[in-house]
Amino acid sequence: MTPRVVVTGMGWITPLGHDLETVWTKLVNGESGVRPIVRFDASTFPTSFAAEVRDYDFRKYVRNPAMHEGAAMNTQFALGAARQAWDQSGLGSYDALDPRRIGMYLGAGEGVLDFAAYASVAMKTWDPDAGRVDTVAWAREAAATMDRRGEIGQEPNMPLSHLAREFGIRGPACNCLTACAASTQAIGEAVDILRRGDADVMISGGTHTMIHVLGVTGFIRLTALSRQGGDCTRAARPFDRRRSGFVMGEGAGMVVLETLEHAEKRGAVPLAEIVGYGSSADAFRITDMHPQGLGPAAAIIDALNQAGLDPHALGEDGRPLVHYISAHGTGTQENDSVETLAIKHVFGANARRIPISSIKSMMGHLIAAAGAVELITCILAIRHKTLPPTVNLDSPDPELDLDYVPNVARKAEIEVCLSDSFGFGGQNDTLVVRKI
Amino acid sequence: MSRRIVITGLGPVTAFGVGIDPLWEAMIEGRSAIRRIEQFDAGGFECTVAAELPRDAFDVRKVVPRSYRKATKVMCRDTELAVAAAAEAMTDAGLGGGLNGDESRAIDSRRLGCHIGAGLICADVDELCEALWTSRNEAGEFDLKHWGDNGMNNLTPLWLLKYLPNMLACHVTIIHECRGPSNTITCCEASSGLSIGESMRVIERNAADACLSGGIESKVNPLSILRQGFASRLAPTTLEEDPASVVRPFDPAACGTVIGEGGGIVVVEAAEVASERGAEPYAEITGFASTQSYCADTMGVEPGPDDDGIADAMELALERAEAKPGDIDAIAPLGSGIPAVDRAEAAAIKSVFGRRAAEVPLITTVPNTGNCNAGAGAVSVAVAVQALRTQTLPARINTAPVDGLDAGARPSCSASLGRILVTQTSQGGQNVAMVLQKVDLA
Repeated sequence: MTPRVVVTGMGWITPLGHDLETVWTKLVNGESGVRPIVRFDASTFPTSFAAEVRDYDFRKYVRNPAMHEGAAMNTQFALGAARQAWDQSGLGSYDALDPRRIGMYLGAGEGVLDFAAYASVAMKTWDPDAGRVDTVAWAREAAATMDRRGEIGQEPNMPLSHLAREFGIRGPACNCLTACAASTQAIGEAVDILRRGDADVMISGGTHTMIHVLGVTGFIRLTALSRQGGDCTRAARPFDRRRSGFVMGEGAGMVVLETLEHAEKRGAVPLAEIVGYGSSADAFRITDMHPQGLGPAAAIIDALNQAGLDPHALGEDGRPLVHYISAHGTGTQENDSVETLAIKHVFGANARRIPISSIKSMMGHLIAAAGAVELITCILAIRHKTLPPTVNLDSPDPELDLDYVPNVARKAEIEVCLSDSFGFGGQNDTLVVRKI
Repeated sequence: MSRRIVITGLGPVTAFGVGIDPLWEAMIEGRSAIRRIEQFDAGGFECTVAAELPRDAFDVRKVVPRSYRKATKVMCRDTELAVAAAAEAMTDAGLGGGLNGDESRAIDSRRLGCHIGAGLICADVDELCEALWTSRNEAGEFDLKHWGDNGMNNLTPLWLLKYLPNMLACHVTIIHECRGPSNTITCCEASSGLSIGESMRVIERNAADACLSGGIESKVNPLSILRQGFASRLAPTTLEEDPASVVRPFDPAACGTVIGEGGGIVVVEAAEVASERGAEPYAEITGFASTQSYCADTMGVEPGPDDDGIADAMELALERAEAKPGDIDAIAPLGSGIPAVDRAEAAAIKSVFGRRAAEVPLITTVPNTGNCNAGAGAVSVAVAVQALRTQTLPARINTAPVDGLDAGARPSCSASLGRILVTQTSQGGQNVAMVLQKVDLA
């Protein structure tokens, strides 16, 4: 019999705050974390706003800050989010804990290049006549200018190493980086590792920031970012007719996953159960989603199958068996249209009866960390019997005719939620979480 | 009942060329591909050598189907290498060349997964610096206001997409229509092994029948070499020294590693599916495990001297393969030549194999192909599979005889090989171990 896998701890560091309840309250109130960018001077950029994490100090969350000094920002976010999840799970006070049976599977992004140093080295070493960098001079200048720790800390597996040090984790360890789908995929695979019995506990989730000069530049060049003028808190408008792109966010979401048996043995309180996971690749184009949303639909169908849920059935209460969908909902024209089609494709006539919302309308797009933060939101929605809204949805798109919970949070009895993440490059991942 | 997993196709891409033949020939003859770096003048770095695949070794436009040629413009070096490796692996496995090429392919698209290990990919330094240069002010300094206003338009619109690590899998899944689970594992030298482990799990849970699996990386660029130097991974080199002799894994005089380009992709497949379509399995993967080491250094990149994470991974892989240390006929460790990592691997081998450690031959590849980082494990797996198929141990080079390990230089020889333990340990402390077994082992 396949072991059941439950969530026993959750934590996040987000643009709306650094603890579960503060952020949840803001989400329910429809508050936006989007502001003008302060991390660098973006005043002349075509998009100069983002949802940045503010006033965060990772030192408050770790046993010995010196062990993590110089860690990249993604690692700093990961430490704070994982500490909250770890503390909530109560694992720290469980004496029989075997570090070899605790694993990690993260969807962590890369660290941040020291752009000012890189640009300064570029100015000194570009040879305009030869049309290339003088690499001998570059090596010398870069060694003198760039920060050793900062550069080493940029490999995407560094958050794993720091979490292992902080929490004494010795079991299976992996990091995946499938763009915006990464942390949903990480949690799905972590669940699989637990079901196989390769670990008793897994820390999983994601952490990322791309709010830096080259990250913002890259997304602007791809024309993926909202360029809306005026009030920037109105710029992220998933499913709205006037949506023009996503707004960048940053942060981390972490969960402690464990087998129900292990949680019960140590008297832990399960917060929710992960009952389904599906994963697919579009294999279509590098820049575009499949226009009918076949890839996302395949991932959703696999997740529902694993959870044993028929998308066309109705429960005893007369509702579809899925009570809420946390959308990928980026606010690009393409994503929101394709996602809507995929949901209709899977749920048929039931699609209009399932409330859907995108918290990216409030905290921006946390890229690799987005899926984990959205899964946590689903679990909070179950516990608080409240659906967070999609804000800025004030001019409905006639093509997008599902229930996107526009602008105002809604009370609802929800037991089963679906959380979707679709990554640039065509990875689609879906989780199904159930009240326990 | 868990599905049995076999390897049915090999697609290594190394400095020796595309495919298993050039790699295996070099391994048998004991040649090294490590030379002075040619892609750019590396004279400003402490380490000036690498194992590079010559740019004319393959033309990526010819590796991809004709209708996909336009997309090669947005492929970075790592992606080009991955695309070549995938084509080789698919062809070798008898699964066809890709992109609507073979309607009769024996494996349905939704049942074909893809797991590729990738590194932190650096933007091409010339491409980026040329664009940045346009935003200098009168004092010759970089001006961020100018960059935001106009300078950034000197970068091609798809610039960011070239360098995302998941672009390797993105292109490969498009070309070969892999619509099953696809993932990109980014754990430095453990990436290939973790990818193969994930393919195994995906097939065992019946979410796919076969997967393209492995890892590819090229850190032969100034920023990556700078970072590897900052992390004290690379061997310092002199002009007098023969580059081919620089990497000496497990040798007391080892002084660091050298970067290699490449890695590889293998086809990992459910045994019953391979058998149904009449494919010849090359080896069975009978056990896999991963663990995390405690990295005691201040940066958290290298396993501490007392850490038993590598040994744990080996023991778990053996246990899951239902094998004992006495059943292992050879070990293929990372063998990077980085003293701290060599010491940790040697200690783990001694702890698991006890007195027998001195008798189990090690298979080292880094002295030959360089350390392919995210691709390193895929090179080891390809070589180990070929050793099982040919019942031959490849040559070892450079290392002087080592106390307590069978690691010193020696020519290739025939050997009775039933099971090979492949292990990797990463910068950052992730460890993997897997047991590869000869298919017809009684």
